[in-house]
Amino acid sequence: MKQFCVAALLCAVYFGVPRAAAAQPPSVLRWGGDAEGGAPFVEADPNDPRHVVGFDVEVATILAHGLGREPQFVQAGFTSLEASAARGDFDIGLSGIEDTPARRARLAVTIPYYEFRERVTVRKADADRFRSLADLRGRRVATLGATLAYDLLLNAQADDGLVPVTYEDDVHPYSDLALGRVDAVLLDQVLADRGVKRNPSLMNLEKDAGIGHYVGVLAASNGALRDRIDDILRTAMRDGRLESIFRRWGMWNQDQPRLYARLSANQPAPPTGSTAATVDPWTAARRYAPAMLRATLITLALSCVAMLLAVAVGAAIAAGRVYGRPIVRFALTAYVEVVRGTPLLLQLFVIYFGVAAIIDLPAFAAALLGLGLNYAAYESEIYRGALEAVPVGQLEAAQALGLGRWQTLWLVRGPQAFRFALAPMTNDFVALLKDSSLVSVITVVELTKQTSIFAANIGSWVVPGAMCAALYLVLSLPLAHAARRIERSWRT
Amino acid sequence: MSVLSVRRLAIERGGRAIVRDLDFSVGSGELVALMGASGSGKTSVLRAIARLDRSAGGQIELQGRVGFVFQFHHLFANMSALANVAVAPVHVLGRSRQEAEVRARVLLTSLGVGDRAEAYPHELSGGEAQRVAIARALAMDPPILLMDEPTASLDPARRGDLAATLIRLAADGRTILMATHDEDFVGACRARVVTIK
Repeated sequence: MKQFCVAALLCAVYFGVPRAAAAQPPSVLRWGGDAEGGAPFVEADPNDPRHVVGFDVEVATILAHGLGREPQFVQAGFTSLEASAARGDFDIGLSGIEDTPARRARLAVTIPYYEFRERVTVRKADADRFRSLADLRGRRVATLGATLAYDLLLNAQADDGLVPVTYEDDVHPYSDLALGRVDAVLLDQVLADRGVKRNPSLMNLEKDAGIGHYVGVLAASNGALRDRIDDILRTAMRDGRLESIFRRWGMWNQDQPRLYARLSANQPAPPTGSTAATVDPWTAARRYAPAMLRATLITLALSCVAMLLAVAVGAAIAAGRVYGRPIVRFALTAYVEVVRGTPLLLQLFVIYFGVAAIIDLPAFAAALLGLGLNYAAYESEIYRGALEAVPVGQLEAAQALGLGRWQTLWLVRGPQAFRFALAPMTNDFVALLKDSSLVSVITVVELTKQTSIFAANIGSWVVPGAMCAALYLVLSLPLAHAARRIERSWRT
Repeated sequence: MSVLSVRRLAIERGGRAIVRDLDFSVGSGELVALMGASGSGKTSVLRAIARLDRSAGGQIELQGRVGFVFQFHHLFANMSALANVAVAPVHVLGRSRQEAEVRARVLLTSLGVGDRAEAYPHELSGGEAQRVAIARALAMDPPILLMDEPTASLDPARRGDLAATLIRLAADGRTILMATHDEDFVGACRARVVTIK
């Protein structure tokens, strides 16, 4: 009887529930956006952070009500919006997503609902020198990865020899421009206006560098819903609801009536500046291979130097905690606990952005310092444990022979502790190799960041992910092998 | 002439007195055995003389630093036998490495382990490790050699060898104080006995 009840329950779960759910039309429109993108796109309402506000929030509301549903916000990272839409994590992605041919090839993309121009932002002091991208030969120009602006910069890199620098957010490109870490920023005018408002020493150049459009993205299989949404957008263009949204957010300009007139008449939108076309993954892999190898070298160099720093500082901390006076031990323990108790990502932000007004570190130096000092805390605990694992008899023998404390550490205790520490140190180095990917948040393009740029540009993680994994293994496996050999040689 | 003089020595462990009012002295070139039942404090007296532990009272008069051979030898695990013997002369006495190593080889050879100079502690037998430990202590030319339970890890044949070695060292003018409960070994060494009650 009991088995029958369980079987009946399973049947109900397997067949009954999906049928019941499928029978009802969906009552909500799940729309994905990145609240970290901030105003005017999507941001947490300052008066009630449980809700989001922004023009994309209002566009989503128009779409949901047009479908007879209620909008439901789903938070997603900006760079993963496209992949999440393709996976079906939400019905539509709306967060200042740009229209590109590659995106149209992979997803069901709506008609554009806003036209923007790409703006070059420079320091006011440089306004006479830099009048367009062509004037920025050999200069560092900041932007967001996987955007139309990034495509434009890649083309300009080939044509004008400028150096694109990618950021994860749209705030720090402008603050770094004000600090002199980069020489210009290329982003759409919405972001550029916001960046200039926050940094009075900056200005936007008059001449635009390209035209782009914001669109909604849906899974490729969702063409029917996309067509219904296109109809709702056209209606909202004609009846002025979109205009009132963009007026409310201070974004309405003469480009929009022209765009809406064309789209309402079922004409295509004007072409954008994007040249990113779809290429097969193998061609893309060949094209990206040099950049991936260069990024691998950066990862290797960064990890090796950061580990050396971590070992040196970690050994000093461990010695201080074992031999130091109470005040020294207290200070070093506090350092270890603070560093271990806070995320590495936060520490990198503080070192690079947080103290930039006082110490303006280059990105690579900040990455080295952040990784090295963070891992020093972990290393110090390994060394402290290893030092305390050396038998007390060894120390008494050194004392009886008249060796001093530091001589004993250098000649007897340290070398023996090193043997205990080698295996966990190897583990830590492999972990550091992978944690080095976090430094991409402070603009260092290492292996993982290069992979994500590669993946975003070809719209697939399969080949870039496989290449990236293979390169990490090439770095880490010989290291583990060498450590095992050293350990074996010590044991015999 | 007295090399070591102990007067009214008191030793406590965990607040409990284990040695009280101990008096003895050791003359130059003398071989002395400190004897007593297990737990009587033989090892504690040696450690107090070597200043590895504090005493609770009394006086210890000694010129210079003792040589100490531990019960379990405590050879430095990261060094060869030769390096174990040479390390303190180089870093404490300031001798050149070459000079210290030549002397270390002489000492190891005189103790019958010259052919094991390059071996690491884990490669040595109990008897070999003990002789390397004696060489390490002697390399510092101490006024007195302290040995804690020197026969603990030796078979009967090796005990005979060690007794002969200690008699020879004493004959060469070395002063030796050992803590032991092995009466046969003390008899074989012809050592003077100081008993702890």
